[in-house]
Amino acid sequence: MGVPWGLGVLQGVDLECIRGQRRLFSKLSFTVQAGEALWVSGPNGSGKTSLLRILCTLLAPESGEVRWRGRPVRELGEAYRAGLTYIGHAVAVKDDLSSLENLRFALAQDGCRVAEAALIDTLARFGLAGREELPARVLSQGQRRRVSLARLPFCADRALWILDEPLTALDVQAVELMHALITAHLVRGGVVVLTSHQPIDLKDVSVQHLRMVD
Amino acid sequence: MALNIWRFASPQVIYPIAGRMIPGFMLAAAVLALAGLYIGFFVAPTDFQQGESYRIIFIHVPAAWMSMLIYVVMAFWCAIGMIMRTRLSFMMALALAPTGALMTFIALWTGALWGKPAWGTWWVWDARLTSELILLFLYIGFLSLHAAIDDVRRADRAAGLLALVGVINVPIIYFSVQWWNTLHQGASVSLTRAPSMASTMLAGMLIMVLSAWMYSIAASLMRLRIIILEREADADWVQEQIVPIAQGAKP
Amino acid sequence: MEAVLDATPDRRTGLLAVFSSVVQRDLLLAMRRRADVLTSFFFFIIVVSLFPLGVGPEPNTLREIAPGVVWVAALLASMLALHRLLAADYADGTLEQLVLSPKPLSLLMLGKMLAHWLVTGIPLILIAPLLGLQFDLPGPALAVMALGLLLGTPVLSMLGAIGAALTLGVRGASGLIALLVLPLYIPVLIFGAGAVSAAVSGLSVEGHLSMLAAFLLFSAVIAPWAAAAAVRIAVE
Repeated sequence: MGVPWGLGVLQGVDLECIRGQRRLFSKLSFTVQAGEALWVSGPNGSGKTSLLRILCTLLAPESGEVRWRGRPVRELGEAYRAGLTYIGHAVAVKDDLSSLENLRFALAQDGCRVAEAALIDTLARFGLAGREELPARVLSQGQRRRVSLARLPFCADRALWILDEPLTALDVQAVELMHALITAHLVRGGVVVLTSHQPIDLKDVSVQHLRMVD
Repeated sequence: MALNIWRFASPQVIYPIAGRMIPGFMLAAAVLALAGLYIGFFVAPTDFQQGESYRIIFIHVPAAWMSMLIYVVMAFWCAIGMIMRTRLSFMMALALAPTGALMTFIALWTGALWGKPAWGTWWVWDARLTSELILLFLYIGFLSLHAAIDDVRRADRAAGLLALVGVINVPIIYFSVQWWNTLHQGASVSLTRAPSMASTMLAGMLIMVLSAWMYSIAASLMRLRIIILEREADADWVQEQIVPIAQGAKP
Repeated sequence: MEAVLDATPDRRTGLLAVFSSVVQRDLLLAMRRRADVLTSFFFFIIVVSLFPLGVGPEPNTLREIAPGVVWVAALLASMLALHRLLAADYADGTLEQLVLSPKPLSLLMLGKMLAHWLVTGIPLILIAPLLGLQFDLPGPALAVMALGLLLGTPVLSMLGAIGAALTLGVRGASGLIALLVLPLYIPVLIFGAGAVSAAVSGLSVEGHLSMLAAFLLFSAVIAPWAAAAAVRIAVE
């Protein structure tokens, strides 16, 4: 399969992040090659989420810059966001909407229209078969997370995936599915940045491990 | 970086400079105020229509002008801060706001005092007084929003954006109120064009305006110094400033 | 497995499709939470109905205060619903996703403003003439009132969205919104109520309504941009 976005290379250069009065990290640099995953781990409050938010331009670093294919992402702007999928700690799932509606609107806001059958199919793969029409408020924490992760199969054409704790509250099957999705994306030549408390189990692909310290 | 003026955007550089400038501005404000009030209350002739009560314009008009000017200057600093991402600009804006609110309050208060002999009532919905009241709301909104947000960087930018939205709206609000006033009241005696100005009156007024300028600059610089100390509390140079003071040395 | 991974999305959908998905979602959410919508609607009716009880049932007095009463109540009712406009999206992460959309955030904000107006503004416009009848307003004045609200309430939603965005995640947000937003509403109040008063006195209302239309155009240009900037500051 050809790689439509060329060689995706994500670089952090001398990143510094200050939240409130605390300096979470400084002089943080790394390079992630196309087809490579960056696994960020560390104790709570070490700045994992802040780093991910800096990578997807939600948060501006105090100093340093993020580069995508050699160009600062601040300059790329919409072009960078067009190749980016971010699934944050907050799952962006609405209590009053059903799983199906949540997924449909999440994709529609991304500018992508998908046939109803494909949506139901995907939700079933994520272990939500028969729960498509239930309002998200009755779902468990893990099920809500799965609703938000169900976007990923449709984001194959987005070079960069940034996932904040995607495996939290997932059962074994769902974790396996996530591993498969991430592996497939890396094999395609995409880049995945993720945080995870639990060790991630990706075979035959290159994983960089970034340990944040408190 | 070729230009040295960027050096002045650093709080550390501004702090001592501001400290040296404050006494001068304060002195100028006091001298000018004494001179202006002397001219206003003893030299300027009595107005044949309004008698002595008009003399409050020597305080009211400078305060009203300053209140509007400060809002514009504040918005200017906010805009600079948003565009250039300089921390100091936001500190300037925050330092100006209370002085602006004070000037607005003085303008309202003196307007009411003048209204009693002129209109026979403490408050009239005169266009200028009403606009000042709304301006006071805008100042309070700016300060409250800033105070309500814990993260200083976010507070700066959110309040800054509010100031920009406000400054775009002020002319619209002012015009609307003016129009509303002419519709509901017809022409009434306005405070600013009340007496035909004798040249001594004009001189007294201008001196008072200058004094208000000097005072506002001095007061906001003093506040700026405090804000700088608060925000840079962890920096080494602030610790060096604070320790001698704590030990009783002259700052 | 492969079937899922190979699902090929159709990303040629344009700006308009994304915009309308934002509007649709908010309308659907409002439908699911009808009680919230009805709250601001009944708030409007109750506030307006309190005034005759306060000032007495004298028809001439009522006719005189009606424009101001209805407009002030509309301002407050529109404001009452503001905290819902963005706060839930902010809390559950939806706002982050909107910020990260490759489509312009200001346009998405315009979509949210439109949804807010459809849910809170339209019911006010529809019920206002009925309330005007209670204040003994003549027919032409009722029509002018509805027309004025039609032009003015979108401005309230748009300016209000800026206040809602600025106060996201802030202590005592709903009180603060009032402080920030109400001064900005004043021009709309003056010309909106002025139009009805002019109609009651049989004067021309064209000037007032053109001013309201001008405010509408002006806010449509400025407000989405300002709200987008405020949202960016808030999610940081």
